[in-house]
Amino acid sequence: MFDFLDQYDLWDAFWVTIKLTIYSGIGSLIWGTVLAAMRVSPVPVMRAFGTTYINTVRNTPLTVIMVATSLGLFQTMQIELGGGDSSETGFRLAVLALIAYHACFVCESLRSGINTVPVGQAEAARALGLSFFQVLTLIVLPQAFRSVVAPLANVLIALTKNTTVAAAIGVTEAAALMSTMVENESDVILLVFAVFAFGFICLTLPVGLLLGWVSKRVAVKR
Amino acid sequence: MSKVSVTKDAGPPESAPSGLVVLDNVNKHFGALHVLQDIDLTIARGEVVVVIGPSGSGKSTLCRTINRLEPIDSGYIAIDGKPLPAEGRELAELRADVGMVFQAFNLFAHKTVLENVTLGQLKVRKTEKQEAIANARKLLDRVGVANQADKYPAQLSGGQQQRVAIARALAMDPKVMLFDEPTSALDPEMINEVLEVMQQLARDGMTMVVVTHEMGFARSAANRVVFMADGRIAEEATPDQFFSNPRSDRAKDFLSKILHH
Ligand SMILES: Nc1ncnc2c1ncn2[C@@H]1O[C@H](COP(=O)(O)OP(=O)(O)O)[C@@H](O)[C@H]1O
Ligand SMILES: [Mg+2]
Repeated sequence: MFDFLDQYDLWDAFWVTIKLTIYSGIGSLIWGTVLAAMRVSPVPVMRAFGTTYINTVRNTPLTVIMVATSLGLFQTMQIELGGGDSSETGFRLAVLALIAYHACFVCESLRSGINTVPVGQAEAARALGLSFFQVLTLIVLPQAFRSVVAPLANVLIALTKNTTVAAAIGVTEAAALMSTMVENESDVILLVFAVFAFGFICLTLPVGLLLGWVSKRVAVKR
Repeated sequence: MSKVSVTKDAGPPESAPSGLVVLDNVNKHFGALHVLQDIDLTIARGEVVVVIGPSGSGKSTLCRTINRLEPIDSGYIAIDGKPLPAEGRELAELRADVGMVFQAFNLFAHKTVLENVTLGQLKVRKTEKQEAIANARKLLDRVGVANQADKYPAQLSGGQQQRVAIARALAMDPKVMLFDEPTSALDPEMINEVLEVMQQLARDGMTMVVVTHEMGFARSAANRVVFMADGRIAEEATPDQFFSNPRSDRAKDFLSKILHH
């Protein structure tokens, strides 16, 4: 029944999906944390930048960001991100677009986590003579992260599925392969869909379960 | 902001009084609310001052202006001869010299008791780790919670948490300690264990500003009682004078209310 799969490299395609997810996941976590720090910073310019960035990027469809990254950065400005050949450049641009977009959701999750940390603790830390940066990195963020593992897992799951948008700029990940197969294997089309749906479930389900467990383990007792 | 015009007066008073903590003509507003009005207060080295007064009279705000957790609108505040700097590196250094103990303890929930007490030493004073730990254990022993060092704050009783908070502040080797209603959030049976630690601290010569309604503590440990009402210092006296023979009507009224409880 699954003979038709033999002529396609399913694993290669999903491997690209996995790489997109890992690189973008790490990047989103870092950039999202920086954005959250900006949004709670005492410097008005930083707060304004953070707010504007979130409101703009979060409300733009990912496809638009993806295509704009490809057309704007690469084809117009010739920025290749050190990619060399065009498929590597496409991959890097896709990662960049995914980070730009998902960092918004990381930031907003983190901000709600920051709100769960009693202000008194930040004040006590300031009263000890810690700087804003130290208060943030030593007291506030460690507790904020622990309280938002579950929401961050949701961002990661959304990110995994959203990597399919990279197909729009020619990255040969799972969804791109699926389009090809849908065209060539129209007689088993439902089976094709099922295979890819199953593939994504294999990626996202364990992530959700694992991080759900981590979330309970690291919760701060108050 | 409020329509009240305030003159920015950062300079020291004409005849600068010498004291460890000096507040001169301090004013502060929260919007239209004039929460601190022309506050003059000088605290000598080794002195223990109890601040008392009705809720909302500005006691907490007064405490918090002394380490600039609340900035002031006008006036002058100095610690050990140094005027409070603006936000930044210098202010952080000054805050390290002013210990603060809060009503709600505010221990760092994700850190153990020992880590709570070593954090400031390691990150602000840059003390060697071994030395910081030894120092922390000594202080935890002094406040009577040495055996709780590896627990998390949530595993401790309120009285124990507050004593850890005192140790955390003492670990910075502060010049002055501020206490904002340190026993108000405690169950009655835990109040004394905290007051005893504070009394010992007073006997050891620590300069202290204590917002509290614990008259026993005020009588036995304080050199002076400052009575606040509506953002002003309404009366200053020795504890004996204040409790047995208050001069202002506001103080008489206030005392009659707390004494009947
Ligand atoms: N951050 C704030 N913003 C606005 N008003 C405040 C703030 N903090 C305190 N106040 C007000 O200032 C007044 C004095 O408060 P506080 O210093 O906490 O009094 P106390 O400690 O004597 O009870 C109160 O009326 C209070 O509502
Ligand atoms: Mg108060």
